[in-house]
Amino acid sequence: MGKILAVGSKEMRQILRDRRTLLILLFIPAFFLLLYGYALNFDIRNVRLAVQDSDRSTKSRELVSSFVNSGYFALVGYEDSDAALARLVDEGAVRAILAIPAGFERDLTLNRPVSVQVVIDGDNANTASTVVGYARMLIAEFGAVQMQALLSTPGSRLLPPVVIVEPRIWYNPQLRSALFLVPGLIAYISMITAVVSTSLSVVREKERGTMEQVRMAPIGPMSYILGKTLPYLAISFTSAVLIVVAAMLLFEMPMRGSWPLLLFSIGLFLIGAQAQGLLISTIADTQQVAFQIALLSSMLPTMILSGFIFPISSMPVVVQAITHIVPARYFLVALRAIVLKGADITAFWQELVALAIFATVAMGLASLRLRREWA
Amino acid sequence: MAEAIDVRGLTRNFGHFVAVNDLSFSVKQGEVFGFLGANGAGKSTTIRMLCGLLRPTSGTALVGGIDVSRDPEGVKRRIGYMSQRFSLYEPLTVDQNIQFFGGIYGLSGERFDARRTFVLEMAGLQGREKTLTKDLPGGCRQRLALGCAILHEPSIVFLDEPTGGVDPLSRRRFWDVIGDLSAEGVTVLVTTHYLDEAEHCHRLAIIHAGKLAALGTANELKQVFSSRPIVEIQATQPVQAMAVLDRLDTVEKTSLFGTAVHAVMRNTQSSPAMLAAALAASGVDVRGIGPVSPSLEDVFLDVVERVGAA
Repeated sequence: MGKILAVGSKEMRQILRDRRTLLILLFIPAFFLLLYGYALNFDIRNVRLAVQDSDRSTKSRELVSSFVNSGYFALVGYEDSDAALARLVDEGAVRAILAIPAGFERDLTLNRPVSVQVVIDGDNANTASTVVGYARMLIAEFGAVQMQALLSTPGSRLLPPVVIVEPRIWYNPQLRSALFLVPGLIAYISMITAVVSTSLSVVREKERGTMEQVRMAPIGPMSYILGKTLPYLAISFTSAVLIVVAAMLLFEMPMRGSWPLLLFSIGLFLIGAQAQGLLISTIADTQQVAFQIALLSSMLPTMILSGFIFPISSMPVVVQAITHIVPARYFLVALRAIVLKGADITAFWQELVALAIFATVAMGLASLRLRREWA
Repeated sequence: MAEAIDVRGLTRNFGHFVAVNDLSFSVKQGEVFGFLGANGAGKSTTIRMLCGLLRPTSGTALVGGIDVSRDPEGVKRRIGYMSQRFSLYEPLTVDQNIQFFGGIYGLSGERFDARRTFVLEMAGLQGREKTLTKDLPGGCRQRLALGCAILHEPSIVFLDEPTGGVDPLSRRRFWDVIGDLSAEGVTVLVTTHYLDEAEHCHRLAIIHAGKLAALGTANELKQVFSSRPIVEIQATQPVQAMAVLDRLDTVEKTSLFGTAVHAVMRNTQSSPAMLAAALAASGVDVRGIGPVSPSLEDVFLDVVERVGAA
């Protein structure tokens, strides 16, 4: 115990001496959150819209203003010529065109089927499909209003629709993508910080030769590792909590669940991440190699295979199977459940168990390898 | 006197490569035992096995009476080890390094305080406890590293090329410290490739290609030249002089020592004058010639050559 403390306080002094590293460990994560948080935004606002209004009626103007008032579209202007419209799209001056046919108002009042055309620039498939969704919704709303007006007209032969959809989106009613992404960012950034800092700290001692000196002392590998990782656990934990607080202040991330549960989940996740860092440090011989393996093995899976950005359910079966060894996958479920839903542990205890298993296995592998290197 | 280190048939393979081959020797308590050898001769591998860092492939090694293969941890408690890299934590202060090593060796209280004072004194660092280790001159750092390695008062100390990259004056001071340790009964096993340093050792072992090539005191080792005197020749064109000497029947071999040439004679009958005559006949300008007593460098080259030829 005294030996663990000796290693721990040595490590802490070394970290404190190296102000730059300490600042990097503590504040770069929060800085990353800002950077990613503002840049990674799937919400689409102010889509530049051109209108080809061949009807020039009250109804057609009503439809246009419903587009503009929604906030999703910004009117660039009216244009009649097809060629001019096509050029506008090519130049990127306009991302969407709303074409209203002649006789739009007449057909509406005569209760004849009528169609409007929406043209969307498909160079970004994600944006395009979102814009299609907005346009559909706005036109459907417009149609419903017209129908109600008709129904209230005496002598109407129309029947009211039988099934009405009333969507309610829980936990994130405005569908702000930030609420979905920020927990992912928390996992992503803490994972990278913990894995990289731990792996470097052990390899540094190998590189400098101090490891060999320590191995000569009557201290077991486990005491050494515990002493070395505890300070980093404390730092990455502090840094993770800083990110959570920053997310709450800057991105209005709610915190609906219990803090102790959140801190416990973060701790469990970070221990696993550190174990991964340790495992890397037993394989790598130089800080450079360790840094690269640590960065790749923490960044890519957490970004791509955790459900942070891409939903796991839409991945091919093989890839889905691989996601089971990505700890961020489980952490994300727990994090979103606590923060956004205020769920209690019964909702995600399996994820916590998975995190514990990951930490245990990684720690076991790391100590096996270290023991071989040590003796 | 008890044997501090007793090695019998020690062998270590790395794959098909035999790094240490059937090594046997023993070191007495309080002896300063030098390990000489070229880089890659197997010195460090041997030391690492004796320290319990590396398992022998075969053979036995008793260190302080403990078998290193059976109880490497027990060995670690009894020995001190310092490598060529002076493994201190450079971003930490002198005192913090001492505290750390005291901590992992389990020292505390009065014993730690006493040892701390000893190390500071030995390294000449009193009053500089708060200096960062990276700001210390090489010699101080080296003595501090030695101090940290012997904080726990081991009776056997292993030093693996401890004087690499240190100025001559600091090296001299370092060897004084080793002398003091030995006087207190501490056994010191030291590897070096500075042959002038090796003269400080009580006994020497020369390792070549993993094998023990020679063993004994410096004077004993020099006996290989008792029937083969060495003549030193100062010539303006040493390389040409060597070519001439190598053709003589009385000369066994020649080697270059700085600007001088050492010629090993086949027997005690041949005299420097005969060589001088031969050189003059070939038109080599000789500025000085005379017998010299063999240095450890002569011994080392001779031993390595003979083992290499065998």
